[in-house]
Amino acid sequence: MHVPDGFLDAPTSIATGVVAAAAVGVSLRKARDELDDRTAPLAGLVAAFVFATQMLNFPVAGGTSGHLMGGAIAAVLVGPWTGVLTTSVVFLVQCLLFADGGVTALGTNILLMGVVTCAVGWVAFRGLQAVLPRTVASVPIAAGLAAFVSVPVASLVFVGLYAVGGAASVPFGTLTGAMVGVHLLIGIGEGLITFLAVGSIVAVRPDLVYGARRVVERHELVLRSSGAGA
Amino acid sequence: MSAGTSRRRVSARVVAAAILLVSLLLAGVVSFYADSDPDGLSKVAIEQGFAGTETEHATGEGPFAGYGASFVDDERAAGGLAGVVGVLVVLGLGSGLAFALRRRPEPLADAEGARSGRAPA
Repeated sequence: MHVPDGFLDAPTSIATGVVAAAAVGVSLRKARDELDDRTAPLAGLVAAFVFATQMLNFPVAGGTSGHLMGGAIAAVLVGPWTGVLTTSVVFLVQCLLFADGGVTALGTNILLMGVVTCAVGWVAFRGLQAVLPRTVASVPIAAGLAAFVSVPVASLVFVGLYAVGGAASVPFGTLTGAMVGVHLLIGIGEGLITFLAVGSIVAVRPDLVYGARRVVERHELVLRSSGAGA
Repeated sequence: MSAGTSRRRVSARVVAAAILLVSLLLAGVVSFYADSDPDGLSKVAIEQGFAGTETEHATGEGPFAGYGASFVDDERAAGGLAGVVGVLVVLGLGSGLAFALRRRPEPLADAEGARSGRAPA
């Protein structure tokens, strides 16, 4: 969903740039609390994985493709604030080095595919964790479902931006239907990739996954307080 | 001692190496087989008739623009090289940022007052 130059007018692009810069600024402060000896080495790797996976467009309906956005997976693996930073690094490099996503649209892309998907992904993940069984096995399921939700929401935010500052006049309802429709399908891919990737890491080292920490620590407490294991 | 250690624990270094290897393989090799159809937004822009409002990209002439190394003739190698370069650049920037921001053990804070309640491992 990389927005190119020219889709949104200058005032809207400047506004998204300001909002994105503010979000990155806040994340730079808040990420300090997430980045410890376990998450810090992972953060760069998660950024690299998101970059690699974004190169892999998969087919969705009718001659259309989609790729991972990555906010939800990053938020679950390294924390939501660090997630905003890691995805922002990806969009910055894609924009400057690979001419993917407009230079004037960098703020828009960081906002849509970084900030929105991290925020929605993390909030949905925490919400699902509250209702699913508190086990390590629930973590990839909650992550996958949260990732699925984050994609159509990001496409809705794009529609909102386009309604405010789109270069062409497109009927709002038509654009909403088209964008949300295709991004529901892309969201399925996002959910599957997130489920598999989070599941792989959780299977070997749940303690390395930021979103699994409460579950892991709770289990250790239960086991310790109930004596010698099992 | 605890449930986490009943199985042999995979070291964090192995996990890190596996993520890097998978990322390099995906970007360097698998990306060649990615679907080249327009993505969701591009397709909608074409169908709704606003794709033409896209303007020229300021870095569109760069050596890796469009995920292909312009100085390599073979398409597969050009895309693979671009992918590997991208993974390494993103890894470098992301790791640099993360390590610059990371919470360091506070040697000046007295042990009693440490808020984490957990001594450095």
